[in-house]
Order: sequence, then structure tokens, then C-alpha cells
Amino acid sequence: MTQQTLVTTTPGQVSTRRRRRLIGKGGEEHPNWPGTITLLICSIAVFLPLYATVTMAFKTTAQSVSGQVFSLPSPFSVEGFVEAWRLTNFPRGFAISVFVTLVTVVGTVILAALAAYAIARNWDRRFFRGAFFYLLAAMFLPFPVLALSQVKLTGIVGLANPVGVALLHVMFQLSFSVLLFTAFIRGLPEELEESARLEGATTWVVFRRIVFPMMAPMSATVAIFAFLASWNDFMMPSLIIADSTLQTLPVLQSVFQTQFSSNYNVAFASYLMAMAPAIIVYAFTQRWVMSGVTQGAIK
Amino acid sequence: MATATAAGVPTRKDSRLKADRLGRRPVNRTFYLMLVPALVLFTLAITVPAIMGISLSFTDSVGFGEFRFIGVTNYIAMFSDPAILSSYTFTIGFALVTVLAVNVVAFLLAVLLTSKIRGKVALRAIFVLPMVISGIIIAYVFGFLFSNSLPQLGQAIGFEPLASSLLANEDLAWLTIVFVTAWQAIPSALLIYIAGILSIPGEVYEAAAMDGASAARQLFSITLPLVAGYVIINLVIGFKNHLNAYDIIVGLTNGGPGTATRSVAMTIFSGFTGGDYAYQMANATMFFLIAVLLAVLQLRLTRGKGQF
Repeated sequence: MTQQTLVTTTPGQVSTRRRRRLIGKGGEEHPNWPGTITLLICSIAVFLPLYATVTMAFKTTAQSVSGQVFSLPSPFSVEGFVEAWRLTNFPRGFAISVFVTLVTVVGTVILAALAAYAIARNWDRRFFRGAFFYLLAAMFLPFPVLALSQVKLTGIVGLANPVGVALLHVMFQLSFSVLLFTAFIRGLPEELEESARLEGATTWVVFRRIVFPMMAPMSATVAIFAFLASWNDFMMPSLIIADSTLQTLPVLQSVFQTQFSSNYNVAFASYLMAMAPAIIVYAFTQRWVMSGVTQGAIK
Repeated sequence: MATATAAGVPTRKDSRLKADRLGRRPVNRTFYLMLVPALVLFTLAITVPAIMGISLSFTDSVGFGEFRFIGVTNYIAMFSDPAILSSYTFTIGFALVTVLAVNVVAFLLAVLLTSKIRGKVALRAIFVLPMVISGIIIAYVFGFLFSNSLPQLGQAIGFEPLASSLLANEDLAWLTIVFVTAWQAIPSALLIYIAGILSIPGEVYEAAAMDGASAARQLFSITLPLVAGYVIINLVIGFKNHLNAYDIIVGLTNGGPGTATRSVAMTIFSGFTGGDYAYQMANATMFFLIAVLLAVLQLRLTRGKGQF
């Protein structure tokens, strides 16, 4: 899988044949047509809710209440988006979501990379080995278990806001990320670091100039998982952020469950705006997403 | 010991050059500076709340003001509380059904996606897509389909059970949660199965084909046993994740109708409002013990990762 996904940057039907020859996989004379068709039919299950979201979002309010979810919008209307933009105060919600996600991604990569480097290069020391298992323990501590005390504590220390959510997001990503980074660093050759150190480079310089750049592929994986976890999270911001005007995009969508419940086009336009960034990021980073899942489970 | 060199030796200059008793190089101080921020933040954000939660579960705290130590009273009360028992029954049952559904579908999709199909890369990208979409939002979307489009379809074809919204059906609402959760959880299980299937050497299949084994025979006698390790990983990880069900339930049924689909996480969060803060802390602690149990199981099982 890795080989295939590495070769491709733009997946699509057009270049499939050329790619296959490149990889040198045999058997293109007998493609599995029944399999291909079965998969195409199954992919409807993936597209159906997304298709419904898009068509509903571009309908007029009058057309959206008719109940014909899958009919194409006519006339084509952006009034849903205009209204959703205003109603959820989209720019603010978007800015807060971007802030939380950005802090989470940068914080996770930096903290986890530093910790993992220290751990991997001092594995023979009890302190570092212990720290590794200590950090790993949170992988088995789901948020619901800690929620009651975390909500209380963030309230006490003035972190019942997006900053607190970002901090907790980093902490919940740390275990998985340190695990991935440590495994990756152990696979890196130490010679380069040794020779740099002989030249007089400090540990800090070695990390910044040599190790961290070499960790780039794993940093990308860690960053994407942090992005997805943070951008899509509902549970934590909904409980931690006390001021509802500072809520993230997923939490803001609940407004359509109570008020304005018949303006379906507005609701779906809002849903679409909230999920689009994740889909766009995925479109550009699928190979990291795909290889990341596998590494996370099997490492 | 490991840390003694850095902490106990008076002249740091010397310690940097000298090896310790075990002949190891002393640890560069920078390494400590790299690790300590993560450890401190982690302790404050995770360990302190965990200890606080477990301690408070032995009290009668309502979330503020004074409280006193009441031993294991909360824990005893939990075992005869129908609200808590039913949330555990629901959550465990839901997690079991979902993890089975996810794995059957993901395994079959993985088999197809690793066969000689056309547009392999594009198809894989499509089937992974649900993973990146926010659970609460897709639950709202499906919720609309379940309460509007599906009943319309049910009425049109005259199929009674579908003619009214599944979300309002006390006996069937949980199926919608299974469906949407599976929709979102299949991609990660699928990717793990794809990795597993690709790790099987091609010669095994060639030999089987030469012996005249059919495709179905190859699937059940070669693929399935050879990815057994991956099946176990997927089952344990999936079950553990589904126990935390929250977002999708909130988006679909919000625990209803009545309390038919209230998960453990939702019950715990009721401790914010109902005045039984410490009581739900006990519930959370119980939930934590189950998570630890599963974690131990996971570590034991994944040690032999995918090795048949």
C-alpha cells in the first residue's frame, strides 16, 4: 500500500493504467470487474449523506422543506449559506476552530517530537523509559472518565475557553503521537547525530537541524491526526468552553436542532461549511492519513 | 541509578565526561529539558484530574462546597441504579454489535480493495473519506435522512416499520446509531485490514490457485487465518472506542426516545447538573477500570501483532 500511495499524488481513473505499469503489478489483463462494480455500488453509501448535504445546502428554503432531499436544487440558491454565515456568526466560529486546531497541531508536534527524541535516545535510562509508559497511559484514559474533574479544574484556573480545549486536545493526542515518534526515531541512524556532536553541535542544535527535519514524514502524520481530532471534536469544547459565543464550529451546529428547525437549507449549508475544511485537507493528505492509521495500530 | 548521575554529582563538568557505574554516558541535560514540559503539562491536565476524580468518588460532593468521605457508598448504589445499569447494558451491547458490523464490512471491503480492481487508489480514497468528517455533523445529516427521507421511502413502498421515523422508535433507534457509527468507523478498520492483507506473500495464493482452491476457499482458508492478528487488533480497538460513544448519539437521538439510547458517557456527564457529581465520578472510575481491563487485553493481544 505504501508503495502505491507514495507513487500517486492525484488519484483518479485517468492515470491508473500508467501507474500500474510503473509499480509493475501484473494482471491488468484481467481486472476484477465484479469487484470494481460492487465497490462502486458500496461507495454510494459514502456519498449519499454528502450528496444530500450539498443539494440541500444550495436549495431555497421553500424547496428544502418540500422533503425531496435528493432532488437537485432549482433554482440554485446560496441564501442558505448567507443565512448560515450570519446565524452561526461563521467568521468567529471558524476563527476559534482554526485557533484551537492550530494550537493543537503545533503543540502536539513540538511537545511530542521533543519528548519522543529524549526518550528514544535515552531508552537505557529508567527515567526516560518510565516517562514513555507514563505518557502512554493516557491512551487508555478516555475523555468521559476525566471530564467531570477536567471541566471543574479548567473552570478554576480560568481555562474554560478555547485555550483550555486546545491544551486538552494536545494532552489527549500526546500518547499516540509520542508512540509514533519514538518508534520512528528508533529507526533513524545515529551516525549523523554522532558526527554532528563531534563537530561541537549541542543536543538542541542536533535536534533542530538534523533530527527534526528527518522526522518530517512522521510529523505530517501526527499533525494530520491532531488536526482531525481537534477540528471535528464536539464532546470536549461543548463541555469545557463556558461562553457559548466562543464555541467551535461543530458545537455551533446544535443551533439548528432547536430553533430555525425548518430552515433545512440553512442548516445544511452550515454543516457543509463546517465539514468542508476537513475534506479539503484530506484531499491533499490522504496518503499520510492512510499510512498513519496503519502505523498507529500496528507499531 | 540513571538519574543519580545528573542530580547527585556536584561538579557538572566532570559528570559530563565520566561514565556512571554501569559504564553509560551521562545524560545530556538538554534531554531533560525536552521531556519535562510534556511531563509537567500531562501531569496537570491528565493525572491530577484522574486522581481528583477517583478521590472524589468516595465522597458525597455535589460539585461545590463542603463534602465528606462516605467510602464506597457511591459504588454500592451504582449497582442497583437502573439508570446506570441500563446505560452500561446499552453501551456494551451497542459496542459489540457495532464492532462486529464494522469488521465484517471492513474486511470484505479490504478484500475487494486489494484485488485487481480498476481505480484502486481512487476507490480507497473514497472509502476512507468518512473518517475525516465530524461525528456530530454527520449524525445531524443522517438524523435528517432517518426522520424525513427514510419514512417517505417506507410509505412509498408500504413497508410499515420504516413508515415512521426510526429515531422515535424505542426498539429500533439504536440501529441508527450503529449505522452512523459504523459509517464513520469502517475506514480505520479497513486500512488496517488492507495492510494485513498486503502483508501476505503472493506465493501463498499462487500455490493455492495451483492446487485448485476457489476464490472463496482462498478467502476463508488463507486470507482470514493469516490476518487473524489484525482482526483481533481491530476488534479490541474498535470495541474500546465504541464504548465512549457520545457525539453521534447526541446528534441522532440525544439518548432517547426516553433513555433508550443513553450511553455511559452521557450518564457520566449528567453529573454536571443532577447534583450527583461524586456519584458520577464513581461511575467514571468504574468506566475507567473497564478501559484499563481492555487496554491490558489489547497490549497482550497486539504483542504478537499480525503474526497469525
